[in-house]
Amino acid sequence: MTQLAEPQRQHGYVRRFSRTERVLHWVNAAGFFLLLATGLILYLPALAATVGRRPLVKDVHFWGGVGWVAALALVCLLGDRRGLLRTAWELESFSEQDVNWLLRRRPRRAGRFNAGQKLNAALTAAFVVLFFVSGLLLWLGERDTRFRFASTVILHDGLLYASLVLLAGHLYLAVVHPATRHALRGMVLGDVREDWARQHHPRWHAPD
Amino acid sequence: MDRDSEPGAGREPAAGDQPPPRRVGRGVFLATVAGGLSSLYWGQAAWSHLSRALGGVEAAVPLVPRGGWRIYTVAATMPTFAPATWRLRIGGLVHESQELSYDELRALPQTSQVSDFHCVTGWTVHGVHWRGVRFRDLLARARPRPEARALEFVSAEQPYVDYLTLDQAELPGVLLAWEMDGRPLAREHGAPVRVVIPEMYGYKNVKWVAEINLVSRAGTGYWERLGYDRDAWVGRSNGYGS
Repeated sequence: MTQLAEPQRQHGYVRRFSRTERVLHWVNAAGFFLLLATGLILYLPALAATVGRRPLVKDVHFWGGVGWVAALALVCLLGDRRGLLRTAWELESFSEQDVNWLLRRRPRRAGRFNAGQKLNAALTAAFVVLFFVSGLLLWLGERDTRFRFASTVILHDGLLYASLVLLAGHLYLAVVHPATRHALRGMVLGDVREDWARQHHPRWHAPD
Repeated sequence: MDRDSEPGAGREPAAGDQPPPRRVGRGVFLATVAGGLSSLYWGQAAWSHLSRALGGVEAAVPLVPRGGWRIYTVAATMPTFAPATWRLRIGGLVHESQELSYDELRALPQTSQVSDFHCVTGWTVHGVHWRGVRFRDLLARARPRPEARALEFVSAEQPYVDYLTLDQAELPGVLLAWEMDGRPLAREHGAPVRVVIPEMYGYKNVKWVAEINLVSRAGTGYWERLGYDRDAWVGRSNGYGS
């Protein structure tokens, strides 16, 4: 299971995501939704009034956030590190055609990831870091004035809105949009249809 | 990463005329992180300007709590207000203890004011309309004893308590309020009455006030026991403006 970035043909399907990549994705998603749910209870007056138990929800939110980042780190450490590094390299590399993809010019054939997916990955990773740092500062600031900044809460809330926009686009393309939603199979089971890969990611899975 | 050593990476076609890929993703990641962290210095000022310039922009954005309020509580549930049985007790160092019903309270001399509400965590609600009674008028019938120097506000939300000195309670705009923005105080804002002291952070603006005791000196309130300043002047306490 080491060369999973390499297309492997089996019964018309080709491997797109390794087990490590999929676990990392779903751990990230699960953590995000736990923190979104508890965060909205803390943030929205109507929900706050209905649910109550703010100190408990706060603890779940904070320790959930710590657990989220720890779980992500653990998956990276215990999983296929070389594969992840390779994927990170793929994600951050923008070829001429990736730039064309963003500018809606041709040729714009995508590799294993298209330019939108690469941007999504970079922003998601940055948001995890910023959510974690600002959340930690909110928690520390409640205990020590040296960590108290008037703008921390604005950063944390702003990230919520930015990540919801990103998530809405991500969910639309992964679940709703007919042309792209087959990608969800790749993130669940690991493999995608060969003809789909050829059509949408031709520089990764090139026509024979 | 040395890409030549990784056969799986970046399977670009071997077209010699193509320039090598650029590490745009890393740049986007680092710029976003740097921009986000730097907002710790400019975020509040920027948001304040934006929300003033656009006027009520919060109301247009879905999800944003109305007017920018966030509701902070410390107990499992918010106190409920039953108008028929609710009483405000005034005791401690007074000549005559009082128990005021909701109607009796609202029959006292009223005053209103408009002020900004500042939370110590960084958010502000601009131009809140408050109506209520000034403490001088509220305490007139109870007649504080000469040795009384401070007010103890006991919230129905146990174990929340906080204090103001009598001098602080006489500052302009300080009220025991039962109306906010033209409506009876909502449950999450402390129904039926809360303290309003615009010059201090929100945690001194005790919600769900059930009991006011005259005491000889200001004690340590709920958040003050957790390290917050007793005199919570906006912009001049809790590590701000120092």
